[in-house]
Amino acid sequence: MGRRSGSRKRGPVRGLALALLLGAALSGGCATDPPVPPATGVPARETVDGSGRRITLTVGVFGTFGLQEAGLYDTYMRLNPDIEVQQTSLSRNDVYYPQLLTHLTAGSGLADVQAVEVGNIAEVLATQGNRLDELGSAPGVDPGAFLPWKWAQGTAADGRTLALGTDIGPQAVCYRKDLFARAGLPTERGAVGRLWAGDWRAYLAAGVRYRERVPEGPAFTDSASGVMAAVTGSAPLRYYDEQGDLIVAVNPAVREAWDLAAAFARQGLTARLQQFTPGWDQAFANGAFATIACPAWMLGYIQDKAGPAGRGRWDVAAAPRPGSWGGSFLVVPSAGRHRAEAARLAAWLTAPAQQAVVFERRGSFPSASAAYTLPAVVSARHPYFDDAPVGAIFAAAARGVPRAPIGPKDALVAQTLADVGMLQVDQTGRSPESAWNAAMKAIDNALDR
Amino acid sequence: MTETRTPPEPPERPEPDGRPEPPERPEPDGRPERPDPDGRTEQSGRSEPSTAGPGAAGPRNGPRTGAGTGADTRARGARSPRRGRHSHRHRSRHRSRHPRRTPVGSRWAPYALVAPFFLFFGAFGIFPLLATAWTSLHRVELTAPAEQEWVGLHNYARLLDDTFFWNALGNTVVIGVLSTVPQLLLALGVAHLLDVRLRGRGFFRVVALAPYATSVAAATLVFALFFGRDHGMANWALGTVGIDPVDWQNGPWASKFAVSSIVIWRWTGYNALIYLAAMQTIPRELYEAAALDGASRWRQFLHVTLPGLWPAVLFTVLVSTIGATQLFGEPLLFASGAGASGGADHQFQTLGLYLYEQGWVNLHLGRAAAIAWAMLLILVVAFGAVRLLRGGLARREQAS
Repeated sequence: MGRRSGSRKRGPVRGLALALLLGAALSGGCATDPPVPPATGVPARETVDGSGRRITLTVGVFGTFGLQEAGLYDTYMRLNPDIEVQQTSLSRNDVYYPQLLTHLTAGSGLADVQAVEVGNIAEVLATQGNRLDELGSAPGVDPGAFLPWKWAQGTAADGRTLALGTDIGPQAVCYRKDLFARAGLPTERGAVGRLWAGDWRAYLAAGVRYRERVPEGPAFTDSASGVMAAVTGSAPLRYYDEQGDLIVAVNPAVREAWDLAAAFARQGLTARLQQFTPGWDQAFANGAFATIACPAWMLGYIQDKAGPAGRGRWDVAAAPRPGSWGGSFLVVPSAGRHRAEAARLAAWLTAPAQQAVVFERRGSFPSASAAYTLPAVVSARHPYFDDAPVGAIFAAAARGVPRAPIGPKDALVAQTLADVGMLQVDQTGRSPESAWNAAMKAIDNALDR
Repeated sequence: MTETRTPPEPPERPEPDGRPEPPERPEPDGRPERPDPDGRTEQSGRSEPSTAGPGAAGPRNGPRTGAGTGADTRARGARSPRRGRHSHRHRSRHRSRHPRRTPVGSRWAPYALVAPFFLFFGAFGIFPLLATAWTSLHRVELTAPAEQEWVGLHNYARLLDDTFFWNALGNTVVIGVLSTVPQLLLALGVAHLLDVRLRGRGFFRVVALAPYATSVAAATLVFALFFGRDHGMANWALGTVGIDPVDWQNGPWASKFAVSSIVIWRWTGYNALIYLAAMQTIPRELYEAAALDGASRWRQFLHVTLPGLWPAVLFTVLVSTIGATQLFGEPLLFASGAGASGGADHQFQTLGLYLYEQGWVNLHLGRAAAIAWAMLLILVVAFGAVRLLRGGLARREQAS
């Protein structure tokens, strides 16, 4: 199965790839591993040195996760000289996640600590719960330090807490002050926040005002899908209800978000981009839009892509309504060789002090509310965004995030709504009604309903 | 392939087409790659059939046009073709007179020697095939691969009214035709150019093969930027001649064309080298004969080159068709960020991509396995139909 679905190319290349695969399998001695998609890294096995004292713990993550970048592993190794921490990273979650599932079900190839994205956490807990270690009572874990809803998301139906929250994605709106000035809109972040406070429709109205003043040139926002994700993220119910039933097709909040995002597209307020594609990256550098709904973790991304030219132009204002988009967890697979040490590492990495460090250095916002009073968070300002008090802005948003239930296929539903449905409204001009039906059909097919 | 491989025998034997070898005479049309008459007789006398196999992509100026050079003289001195043939004959006679006595155990030695291949073929060829077939008869999720629920042919039956499947099949056919036909025609032209002696020929051969050696990921990402809607080079170039920018990602035809162009770019050189190797097995004497009969270069190409290439053409068509059916990497990476959906409206989602989406995004292993087998069956049916068609045509020709 894996080999067939993973096969990329035509005959000769497949033959060559197979030959290489065979060679790798033989030399690596991993012939008993389950079939996995090719081109994925196998986490390094633990090694114990001659004295048998030094233990290597591996942490498997996706994307630029931030733990390593914030220097947490180095600190941990300094504090625990007998522990060596190594990270294996896959660039994208949609490659990382299937591999994590195959490794979990096979009980091999796993890192000692694995990251899980919030869109997948419900499915992991529901289907892989018996292959994960309980972390709620691990040494160093304080349940009261976390946001209650984040803690609940990491707790399985049987009451065992199997995942510890790392970050959440409280939302703000990042905007270009120079473009707002050109459009005659307020440029001071407090005034910008008041411009649309409380209602996403006021955000749309601001966009219309902007377009009237700036008919040509940069669009008001990057993409309709981005607006939809932000609006959905601030709803108390999204794709699943409290009973775990899929309600995406009938939930008025989802439909409201859809219609609002479609209005952005229909009125020409978007730059018609798809998020996390090369074109989107280029648009930051080219200044193709004036605002973007930005979860805390996106600030670093904007800074990277907009580059030095954007310094001092970008600023951060409160979003119309608080919401969360994204965020992650750490789990400890039971198949690991050093489970106790791994649990200790996971507890330390997600402790409020360390989460504050990650926020300070990388911008990923803590899911441990105990960190919100730490100076590293409270007084955090972002120099790139004109010294905006990002700590205060995102902490306020995080406290107001509604506790929405998440379901096993949350990530898939969100992605289909955005990339199949709203993308067509935005980029091809398909009618919102017809695109909605296409998205619902694709969701039904993907969920095998 | 057999007739093109007929070795040019010593001069006293008539040519394959029954014509005596033309006498030594000056170049009629100054074809630059033709060796001088002395060299030709020399090399035609010594060339062995095995040195000109289709797999030998070695440049022709090795054994053929290089005749007369110092290296060649050395080679001639080292192993005279005549002596080589003699000793070969001698050896075979010797073997027939004294059959080799072997210990009983070594009767099985050949089987032991070929066993590794069959073991690996079984483990990595047959077993996955059968396991996939078995999986396709179950409802299996990647979240719990061990829990299989027997559903019989349900996964196949649902493909019949799965619009995403038919869409993917249609896309696969369209992209397959859009990429294979120009690719093979281009390859023929490139091979013809490489066949001619030109300065830096080795360099151009490497250049032709370079795309094939390039990682598909790297190539496709570059193409994704090239075909960018807002800042892509393709649209910039169109803009300079006054054509409106094209949305290469979302256009149902534009996206297929873009994906096809990546395939063409990547595989033309590979096919060209296969054609080049086949071209070099065509005896030069046929061209000379044709030229004597007054055939133009174009007619020579039609009536000498093409028939000689026919087996190679069949091979490349077969391989390209299989490759087009499995097309995966290019459309996946062309969407760069859209995952395996093949565009917002699945406008360039191929069967391979749909299979991947079902298996690794939607996590439905059973359905993915059914798609995999459906792809195999489609190929088998397609090739079967072609065979039947050809058989029917041949019979009609015989009857008439």
